[in-house]
Amino acid sequence: MVGDFEQMLAVYGHVGEDPSVFADSQAAHLVIHENRVIGAHLVPGLVVEPDEMADGVRVRVCVREGAQLRNPVHLCFGVLPEAGLQRILLDVTAEPRSRVTLQAHCVFPNALDVTHEMEADIRIAEDARYTYFERHVHGPAGGVVVVPRARVTLAPRASFETEFELLEGRVGRMDIDYEARCREHSSLRMVARMSGSDDDEIRIREVAHLQGPGAAGVLLSRIAVKDDARADVYNELTASAPHAVGHVDCKEIVMDRAIARATPIVDVRHPLARVTHEASIGSVDSRQMETLMARGLTEEDAVDMIVRAMLSPARRAQEPASETRRTS
Amino acid sequence: MTETLLEVRDLRLALDGQTILQGLNLTVLRGEVHALVGPNGAGKSSLAYALMGLSGYEPEGGTIRFAGQSLAGLSVHERARLGLSLAWQEPARFEGLSVRDFLSAGAAEPGEDILRGTLAEVALDPDLYLGRLVDKGLSGGERKRIELASILVMKPRMIVADEPDSGIDVDALSRMFDMFAALRAQRTTVLLVTHSAEVMKHADRATLVCCGQTVEEGPAGRIRRYFTDRCVPCPHHDPRRREDA
Repeated sequence: MVGDFEQMLAVYGHVGEDPSVFADSQAAHLVIHENRVIGAHLVPGLVVEPDEMADGVRVRVCVREGAQLRNPVHLCFGVLPEAGLQRILLDVTAEPRSRVTLQAHCVFPNALDVTHEMEADIRIAEDARYTYFERHVHGPAGGVVVVPRARVTLAPRASFETEFELLEGRVGRMDIDYEARCREHSSLRMVARMSGSDDDEIRIREVAHLQGPGAAGVLLSRIAVKDDARADVYNELTASAPHAVGHVDCKEIVMDRAIARATPIVDVRHPLARVTHEASIGSVDSRQMETLMARGLTEEDAVDMIVRAMLSPARRAQEPASETRRTS
Repeated sequence: MTETLLEVRDLRLALDGQTILQGLNLTVLRGEVHALVGPNGAGKSSLAYALMGLSGYEPEGGTIRFAGQSLAGLSVHERARLGLSLAWQEPARFEGLSVRDFLSAGAAEPGEDILRGTLAEVALDPDLYLGRLVDKGLSGGERKRIELASILVMKPRMIVADEPDSGIDVDALSRMFDMFAALRAQRTTVLLVTHSAEVMKHADRATLVCCGQTVEEGPAGRIRRYFTDRCVPCPHHDPRRREDA
């Protein structure tokens, strides 16, 4: 009988990731199914202390001072049954001059009535660098509610980058709420990319406060909705110190009967700070679509290619195309 | 080189209630480089868009036949699959789309070697460009050459190139002219939409249009008088411009 661990790794492999990383002694990992820790491996410089509770799992993560982890730390969170609740309380400290990349995969491939909640408290110390990629794999039914919340504090010269991406399946209901405070010369980048269909609901609230001189922040959202899906993106960037610079960039493509809303808030409280924003909501750009159609793609294939490209992180651009998009 | 590939007869087009083309005629022979020339506002680009079947450019009357087939009612992609394609004056930018995927989208044959060879044809190093994105990180000239490459990999029968020299530096323009010559040798037809005398030098034949009508069609050398005589054969010219000249 195949266990939960193997099943979660199978899903991981199904979406093109390499499950062998969970057998690599040089790479740390943590696997949590529902509210149980079913796999863990550590490397020097990294402390991970999971604590299974009655209503969730508390995980304390600490990257030790000066530790620069060469390989990403792989996190795999998931609920395999059709119904279930997963609640993860993440307490992260990146100590001074540490460097770590976490790649979290959240897998709910069979979800009909699944809730995934994550509450993260992330503290990044001076000169530390913390990168967190969160990739979701959902089932086709949309029966999942995802509620990630994070409070992030960046010390002077710290760096925080996070990217949220739905790799496969329907969104269901997504309610992201991230808020960060940035001290002097720290840098922050929050990116969310996803597409909704049917009656999916996407709600994103990203807020960053550039409080220290020279702090820099970027909030970037790329959303596509079709059918009866809805998206509501709230990006707020405040700058209250000299030479703080920020940019809010939200792009939403709307098709069919879907509804999208974008609320970019820029709040500048120092004459030497500068924050810019751009937001666009609309259908697929007609020039882009006609260019691809003039190469022989059907309208449907052209729209699909444009949307997939917009939602793809830049890393994908380096990979060969898996197929020619022309429809016979 | 006498077989007609594209035949436009009495084409009429209006945009936002304004007449753009009023009975325009055009004949392009298979395997020739043909220049469509005329002043700004003559209707050259509108004709190019109407040929490709772009939204908003549906003719009110007249006919367009390509390779013996009427294009009436055919969508953009159906016209492309017949072998007709368009290079825009200002190519589109695509967020997140790699040059590799863009070229692959319309390639007649799959294969990395074909993509690499085609990029080299437009004087771009495939090692540097295949992985790049077709977005604002590329200059206008780079996007122009990449767009042309995306058409070359289609192996079309006919390329409509709208102002092919705009935004292109001298070296790239020279390569582009070499490519037109190579296309001619392969019997691929090129329709150059231009008001550049330099571009027109590379055409076999030309059609002069003004105010949405065909003024003259013939050998490119004869039509080139337009550039020196300021539209002398055109019945719509502004006499004051001649006095200025």
